[in-house]
Amino acid sequence: MSFKPKHQRLVLALSALVALIGAALLAMWGLKDRAAYFVTPSDIAAGKVAAGEPLRLGGMVASGSLRQLGDGVTLRFVVTDGKHQTVTSFRGIPPSLFKEGSGVVAEGRLKDGTFVADNILAKHDERYMPPQLGNEVATHAAERTVAQ
Amino acid sequence: MKRALLLVPLAILALFVAAALWRLSSPPDPTIRSRLAGQPLPAFSLPAAVPGRPALDSAAFADGQPRLLNLFASWCVPCIAEAPMLLELERRGVTIEAIAVRDRPEDVARFLQRHGDPFRRIGLDTASKVQLSLGSAGVPESFVIDGRGIIRYQHVGVITAKDLPVLMAELEKAR
Amino acid sequence: MIAEAGLAALYLAAALALMQLAVSLVPALAPQAAQVARPLALAQGLLTAAAFACLIVLFVRTDLSVALVAANSHSAKPLLYRFAGTWGNHEGSMLLWVTVLALSGALLAVASRGIPERMLGATLGAQAALALGFYAFLLLASNPFARLDPAPVEGQGLNPLLQDPGLAFHPPTLYLGYVGLSVAFSLAVGALITRDVGPVLARAMRPWVLGSWVFLTVGIAAGSYWAYYELGWGGWWFWDPVENASLMPWLAATALLHSVSVLAARGGLRTWTMMLAVVAFSMSMVGTFLVRSGILTSVHAFAVDPTRGGFILALLLIYVGGALALFAWRAPAVGEGARFALVSREGALVLNNLLLSVILAVVFLGTLYPLMVEAATGEKLSVGPPYFDAVVGPLALLLMLLLVVGPLLRWRRHEAPLTKWVAPSLLAGVATLAATIILAPDISLLSRLGLVLGVALVPASLMPLAGRSLRRTPLATWGMAIAHLGVAVSVIGMASDSAFSRERLAAARPGEQLAVGPWLVAFNSVTPVAGPNWTAIEAELAVTQGGSERVLKPQARTFTSPVTETSEVAIATAWNGQLYTVLGRQSGQRWQLRLWWKPFVTLIWLGAGLIALGGLVSLIGRGWTNRRTRRRLAEAEL
Repeated sequence: MSFKPKHQRLVLALSALVALIGAALLAMWGLKDRAAYFVTPSDIAAGKVAAGEPLRLGGMVASGSLRQLGDGVTLRFVVTDGKHQTVTSFRGIPPSLFKEGSGVVAEGRLKDGTFVADNILAKHDERYMPPQLGNEVATHAAERTVAQ
Repeated sequence: MKRALLLVPLAILALFVAAALWRLSSPPDPTIRSRLAGQPLPAFSLPAAVPGRPALDSAAFADGQPRLLNLFASWCVPCIAEAPMLLELERRGVTIEAIAVRDRPEDVARFLQRHGDPFRRIGLDTASKVQLSLGSAGVPESFVIDGRGIIRYQHVGVITAKDLPVLMAELEKAR
Repeated sequence: MIAEAGLAALYLAAALALMQLAVSLVPALAPQAAQVARPLALAQGLLTAAAFACLIVLFVRTDLSVALVAANSHSAKPLLYRFAGTWGNHEGSMLLWVTVLALSGALLAVASRGIPERMLGATLGAQAALALGFYAFLLLASNPFARLDPAPVEGQGLNPLLQDPGLAFHPPTLYLGYVGLSVAFSLAVGALITRDVGPVLARAMRPWVLGSWVFLTVGIAAGSYWAYYELGWGGWWFWDPVENASLMPWLAATALLHSVSVLAARGGLRTWTMMLAVVAFSMSMVGTFLVRSGILTSVHAFAVDPTRGGFILALLLIYVGGALALFAWRAPAVGEGARFALVSREGALVLNNLLLSVILAVVFLGTLYPLMVEAATGEKLSVGPPYFDAVVGPLALLLMLLLVVGPLLRWRRHEAPLTKWVAPSLLAGVATLAATIILAPDISLLSRLGLVLGVALVPASLMPLAGRSLRRTPLATWGMAIAHLGVAVSVIGMASDSAFSRERLAAARPGEQLAVGPWLVAFNSVTPVAGPNWTAIEAELAVTQGGSERVLKPQARTFTSPVTETSEVAIATAWNGQLYTVLGRQSGQRWQLRLWWKPFVTLIWLGAGLIALGGLVSLIGRGWTNRRTRRRLAEAEL
């Protein structure tokens, strides 16, 4: 089949529109249960979080809570936001500056009351990641002050 | 109908710009004050960063007087930008203790000579141990400590003229 | 003095850009606009190049009286990184961006014989308008030549993650691609203004799109390999906003590349091509905005910079908004292209364009979704691999399916049966499907389909060459075949990595032996080592895969200025994949070791290399054909 010129144009425009709407619907479907919410131990304590959902848990590693399990590669620690606490476990090599008392963002899921992290971002990372951003704000401020 | 279709890209652009503008005008809060506030200062005892000056001990903070604890380093350019602000705080009567991170005594001395010296005591934290125990990721960073040695406020990054009133208020509250 | 000279060159270039724009705006001058604009564009290009050279000299000499150098360099750094430090920061990279923009304008002005004068005049005007905005940004909000007084005794160093040869050349490559698309954008604007959208425009635009696309491909592949071996996480693509920022222009450029071919060869898809040309460079600008403003770093973003972000956003709004408005106004007047049947090469390319556009849209939405949700509800969330893999994966597979058939179709209308041509692919695909079901029943559906379609595409990509005299086949056809083969190779690598990777995480004592996949790893020792600006703990691993033994030395490094800790991965590459080793921290008497066996992971970047090579071959072929056509025309006139 071949289109008349006028129709061909309309068909192209319509297919572009359909593609756009399709993309939006597809994205909405994908985002519905695949976006990870950023939560704190208080949110978990308040029961706002369903088990098994992808999450990012933010807080501080409570002092004295960091334990290495017998296998040598699993860490167990408590994330706190000052009000509530969440027991967290992580199997793997954490970032070098992951320490007790430092800020942490753990990516993972809640399972039987324990947060099982697949990935850990120590607060240290935020000043260097992504690398392109570096210390820009700080140096920018330095120039401004020096210029005054 | 077709005309309207041609305007769809413009609408998407408008949406993008609106979201970006919102973020630029209300940047996320970079501080983590709520997490450290209320915690006692971790115990430490550091040697003096400059020979002939007093060393810095965490016990010294519990003398009833609120003060500022500043983390800096001579190799840190933003710390140069912060120096005039610290001098201004000292002029307003604030006691400032300092920790020089991963530094050498001769470099610290040169830094103080060039950029002013508002500090009462300066401890030398060669291996970043105290810095990490304070939950600090970089320099400069400052803490408001009350008279009982409890951390009241944490300021991440350079202190600018804009931050002075906030810090003064926090110091007043810690009294 | 060098810093001042660089600054002066920039101001002069900005003044020239203003003149170039003014010339194209005066209607009376329109017929001669191109004549006047040519030398201006050339001078502009040379001046910005000189300014960039000045900055390089300052960095190589480590002139600490310049604020930018003091903040980002260190005299103890090796020469290569002092050199690369020039663009390893905001101001330097923006100067690089402007330099490439002005040089592209100059090249367009010099090598533009095929373009009608009036269209060229309008195009150079648009290019000058773009350049002017970025000069303003550089001079007003990110001066790379600002002095620091007093000068510090030592610089602050460069982020150690950036001290890597791969990354030293990653940003410039990407920028060449980003900014090369600006010419396609200006040409589209010029053509819309002069109402001259047709094959002539497409032929002028095509080399720019091809060139930019080659650079983008190389830049993205290099960035991906850098992330793979520098971050120590074993992955090669993380769907990080910064990565997406480079992927989005690539997707748009890929679509544009295909639609511009239709316009050049058949005169069809006129409006659509104009739209894509505008979108492609818009995505470059969006990418630059996202990276430079810091608004999307992550949920715990640190470096939001309202001043600079606002400036780039304003430029983006003016240029993209202006071009889209011009498009909405002029598109109805753009001539109709040649007709074609649904089943035809054009039809397949339309489908290709639609699929690429849908992928672009879902990546765009996924990248910005956290921002929109936070703006609307205040809720913080992050969108990562689970979303992108689930949504982009199937769309990419559809695109591959189209790739098997599309290049075999005839222009305008295809009626002959395709069975003979598709049979080898069908056979290869079915054989792979059977083999994976029998040998690896547990792999995910997406990886399995990836393997099947990847293998099926290998014969299909070479089919356009079959049955032809290879010596008389145009280079452009060779280029297409090579690039499509590259897609097949790359997808096989990705699917193999996700389906067959084996990971072993262990706490081991020196002297222990570990097995991962076909590899045997003997953990010999741990020793401290030191470099010029770092200290490290280094493990010695003797690794074998049946045959001869190799020694790998992964490190946990601590840099001194600024203090940062990184993992130095050690990789053993074999014909059938890579063994990837990371040293973790000490736990008691034991050390954490993370070992990955990644079969055929190397194909990912090999395929990307083939894709870029295909683009390059095609570009050379087009250039050669164009010259020959021109010579023939000239001879005919005589």
